[in-house]
Amino acid sequence: MKHARVAYDGTIHDAIEAAGGVQLNDGRVVSESDVVWLPPIEPKTVFTLGLNYADHAKELSFSAKQKEPLVFFKGPNTFIGHRSQTYRPSDVTFMHYECELAVVIGKTARNVKKEDAYDYVRGYTVANDYALRDYLENYYRPNLRVKNRDTCTPIGPWLVDKEDIEDPMNLALRTYVNGELTQQGTTADMMLGIVELIEYLSEFMTLNPGDVLLTGTPKGSVDTKVGDEVITEVEGVGRLVNTIVGEETYVQHA
Amino acid sequence: MSNVTVKLCGDQLSKETTANLNDRTIELDGTIYNVDEVSFDVPTQGTVYGALLNYQGVYDQLEPSMNEDPYKAPPKGPILYIKPVNTFNRFASSVPMPEEESVLEMGAALGIVIGKTTTKVKEESALQHVAGYTVVNDVSIPHESVYRPAIKQKARDGFCPIGPWVVHRDEVKNPNQLIIRTYINGELKQENSTKNLIRSVERLIADVTDFMTLYQGDILLVGVPENAPLAQENDQIQIEIEHVGTLENTLVKEKVTVGGRK
Repeated sequence: MKHARVAYDGTIHDAIEAAGGVQLNDGRVVSESDVVWLPPIEPKTVFTLGLNYADHAKELSFSAKQKEPLVFFKGPNTFIGHRSQTYRPSDVTFMHYECELAVVIGKTARNVKKEDAYDYVRGYTVANDYALRDYLENYYRPNLRVKNRDTCTPIGPWLVDKEDIEDPMNLALRTYVNGELTQQGTTADMMLGIVELIEYLSEFMTLNPGDVLLTGTPKGSVDTKVGDEVITEVEGVGRLVNTIVGEETYVQHA
Repeated sequence: MSNVTVKLCGDQLSKETTANLNDRTIELDGTIYNVDEVSFDVPTQGTVYGALLNYQGVYDQLEPSMNEDPYKAPPKGPILYIKPVNTFNRFASSVPMPEEESVLEMGAALGIVIGKTTTKVKEESALQHVAGYTVVNDVSIPHESVYRPAIKQKARDGFCPIGPWVVHRDEVKNPNQLIIRTYINGELKQENSTKNLIRSVERLIADVTDFMTLYQGDILLVGVPENAPLAQENDQIQIEIEHVGTLENTLVKEKVTVGGRK
C-alpha cells in the first residue's frame, strides 16, 4: 500500500493511493492536485549517505575507496513535500539535485546483522537531496549550509510498504529537468546496500522507528535554475515533483 | 532563586518552578528538594545542533593546518553538526562508553534553547527568540580530523546529557560572559568562558537561521572549549555553567547499561 500525509480542507490527513486520486482516512477520495502534499513521515533522525554510488563519487573526483562510509544527519527543517518549491539563493552558481531511494525504519534497531536487516524496514519513499555546491567547506564536509537548508530536501509523495517492493536493490532511478532525462542509474550500483547500511549504523547507535536513510545518488548531477521543474523518480516507489524558485518569490522583504 | 523549566521523569509536561543554583535545590509542589532526590528527564525534545571551532582557543589550535589538506582554507560559515535523539541523556544517568574505548572527551557546552520558530533573525533581535539556557555534555570519542562528519565519534547512544533544567533567558544577563567549569571526580579539569566565543550567542543564532529554521525546543550548542578533558570508566563528571546550572553524569562501560539505563 502507498501512504501519504496531506493537508486538505483545513486539516492534516493520513491518506492512501486510490483510483482517481488520494483517499483520505475518512474515506473521501480527492484529486492529487487538490491536496497539499506533506513529507509522508515526520522525520526523526535522518541519515544521509554521501558518495554511495561509485560513478557519482568519480564525478565529484573522489576515490571510490573510503575507509568509512560518509554519513551525515539532516534536521527536520529541510524537508518539504511533493509538488512544493525549493529556494535557490541568488548568489549560488551551482545547485544540483540528487535522486535517492529513502528507506524508512520500522522498529528499533541495535546490533542488527545484515541477514535480518529487512525486518527493521517499514518501507520506501523518494528524496531529492539538493546540494548548493558554492557553500561547500572542508569542515564536517558536506556541511549543513550545503545540505540542511530550509526547503532543500523534497521527500515523497508516498511511503510504500516494504512488502510492495520486490527488490529494493534493483530499482531504476531517474531525474527529469523540465521533462528532459538528466540522471539515470540503478540502486543495484550502491556501494553499501540497504542491509549493509543498517548493519553498519546499528553497530554503533540505535535506529528508531521513523528514522530515514537517504541512500545516495548516482552520476548525472547538473545545475538547476530558478523556474526549473525537477522530477526525481524511483521505479515502483514514486515520482517526486519539485520546482526551483528564486528570491523574488521566496524571500519576504520586510 | 532562578526561574527554571523542568521535565520530571514520568510527567507528560514540563513545569515552571524555581531552583537555587548555589544550594543545588529545586522547589516542586511547595517542597524544596536537593537535586539528587529528583529524577530529571531531558528538558526538551527538539533537535540539538552543535557549532564546531567556535571557541578562539579551539580555532587557534587548528589554524596552522587550515590552509593545508584536507581543509585548504579557513572556514567561512558556522560549522554545524547534529546530536540525534538516540544520544539524548538525562541528568545523573550514565553515559555508556563503547567497549573498545578507554577514554571519552567531555564537551562542556552552553545550550541555547530556542523559544519560537526562528528564520533569518537579525543579531540585534536574536535573544528574543531564546527561551533560556541549559547545560549540555557533548560527549565524543577523541578524534583529530574534522574533515568528515564525526558520526561514529559523536552520535553514540547516550552521548548527549542535557539538563538538569532550562534556566529562563532573563536569569542570564549576558550569555557571552559565562564561566564554564568541568570537574572529574570533584577535581577541576577545565575552566573557560563564553567570552571566548568567536561567534557570540546572538551572532551564531543569526548566522545559523540565515539558512535553516530553528524551532521551539531546539538546542543550539555554542561550542566546546579547547582541551576538552578526558574521562574514563566510573568517573563522575560535573559541568557547571555560571547562572545556568550544573550537569552531573557518570561514565560506565556500555555493557553495564544494556537491558536498561542505570
